[in-house]
Amino acid sequence: MEEFCTGLCSILAETGADPGLALFLSLLVGVLLVSGVPLITVILLIWIERKVAARIQDRIGPNRVGPVGLLQTIADMIKLLSKEDITPTAADRVLYNAAPLVSFASVVLLWAVIPFTPFHYGVDLEIGALYFVAIASFGTLAIMAAGWASNNKYALLGAFRVVALLVSYEVPLVFALLAPVLLAGSMSLVDIVNAQNGMWFVVLSPLAFVIFYISSQAETGRAPFDLIEAESELVAGFNIEYSGMKFGMFFAAEFLHVFTNGIIMAILFFGGWMGPLYYESPLIAFAWLGAKGGLIYFTTLWLRNTVPRLRIDQIMAFNWKFLVPLSIANLIVVSFVLKVMQELQLAPRDILSAGFGDLLPTTIILLLFNGAMILYLLGILRKRGREARRESQETRPEFAQTATVAGH
Amino acid sequence: MNVLNEWAFVGLFAVLAPVFPALPIVIAWLFRPRKPNVLKSSTYECGVETIGDTWVQFRVQYYIYGLIFLVFDVEMVFLFPWAVAYNEMSLFGFVAGFLFIFLLTDALFYAWKKNALDWK
Repeated sequence: MEEFCTGLCSILAETGADPGLALFLSLLVGVLLVSGVPLITVILLIWIERKVAARIQDRIGPNRVGPVGLLQTIADMIKLLSKEDITPTAADRVLYNAAPLVSFASVVLLWAVIPFTPFHYGVDLEIGALYFVAIASFGTLAIMAAGWASNNKYALLGAFRVVALLVSYEVPLVFALLAPVLLAGSMSLVDIVNAQNGMWFVVLSPLAFVIFYISSQAETGRAPFDLIEAESELVAGFNIEYSGMKFGMFFAAEFLHVFTNGIIMAILFFGGWMGPLYYESPLIAFAWLGAKGGLIYFTTLWLRNTVPRLRIDQIMAFNWKFLVPLSIANLIVVSFVLKVMQELQLAPRDILSAGFGDLLPTTIILLLFNGAMILYLLGILRKRGREARRESQETRPEFAQTATVAGH
Repeated sequence: MNVLNEWAFVGLFAVLAPVFPALPIVIAWLFRPRKPNVLKSSTYECGVETIGDTWVQFRVQYYIYGLIFLVFDVEMVFLFPWAVAYNEMSLFGFVAGFLFIFLLTDALFYAWKKNALDWK
């Protein structure tokens, strides 16, 4: 996009336009091109989400409007456009109307730094990874503002839970994000992808990926962390008072955020556009990124439709007493092992130029350490699970039979 | 493209990003019916009038989580430069970073021991 913008800028300048205006226009075209990608995908995403959820629940899903229901989203959009928009008299009008805009805008803004191919991206910010964390937390702010401004008890309870849940899960998310930054030695997302030329970071640090995956699932407020809109207790949670297109914007923002997280994980841990023949054509590189992101997105949908919702005390305990210590321990182990290997000349210091062979000893040792940690964790989880089952058998003997069956 | 232009791009993106969701809302505003009445625009409840004030004080537990988060979030920002410089770092810089992480862990265990992490 850089070459494109500077190229367009020089063409415009040659036609005699003011240099400032030429720059502005070329930047504007760049912004519209980059933001076009999420805006077009979101229409498809809603269909994919509904279709996948339907298949998992043994239904067919939307299949009436257009071929295999592809135009269902368009029909829904027209319906939402023609719906009456109700603002409760008790609500804080300014915040109430601003919240859906902030919610959707924060997700679209994330795409400014996403590298689609080696040469096609909005900007290659030197602090790309930090930008991602900073912008993503705007969504939290929007949900909180929506819940507070609605002046509704259900919405406020949803907002309260956002403060606790989304804010807490940002800690392991950022700690897990430190692993790829540390391995690549750069916060720029383009550099992070280039650094994975020799080996994907998911192989070098699988535990960081697992932590990032779990906490990004919580960040998007999806099951098993969907307390903010727990239908059975809060009816709809923070968006209960919203109707029409404003509700639609929250809806679209959530779907897009899940997919964006899939793409970000593909970039950070799965080598982004890397894959066979990616250097042949930008389209192939783009397809690789889309395929990897799409696959991760599919697993998040699978998870969402499979696991039940957790209680808030369980969620908070899981985060602060398990995920946060684990993410710190993972950072310590990865950085310590890598430094020792670098001092022993076994690991390359310049990962950007390191090939598969140079990284092989590093990979094996890091994998061994990660494997040992995962085995230890599974041991802890197994012990805790047994204790919990024994406890439930003692306190609730009527469920003893089912508990025993589940235990084996 | 120089640094200023990069941030000009982000700035322009930030200005335009709210326009995308605003557009369908404005289009809807042109088409949608407007028939407000007192009942329709009252606060949603399960069929009865809502009782008491909604804008109440947060429970203190939320503040505790917020405070712990603030400590961790601010300190983690300092870890990013450390991670970026990691590959070229001398052993001294590496150990200094480790001590910083150790202090962070210490803070977590302090909060744990004080039962600040328990949902009450």
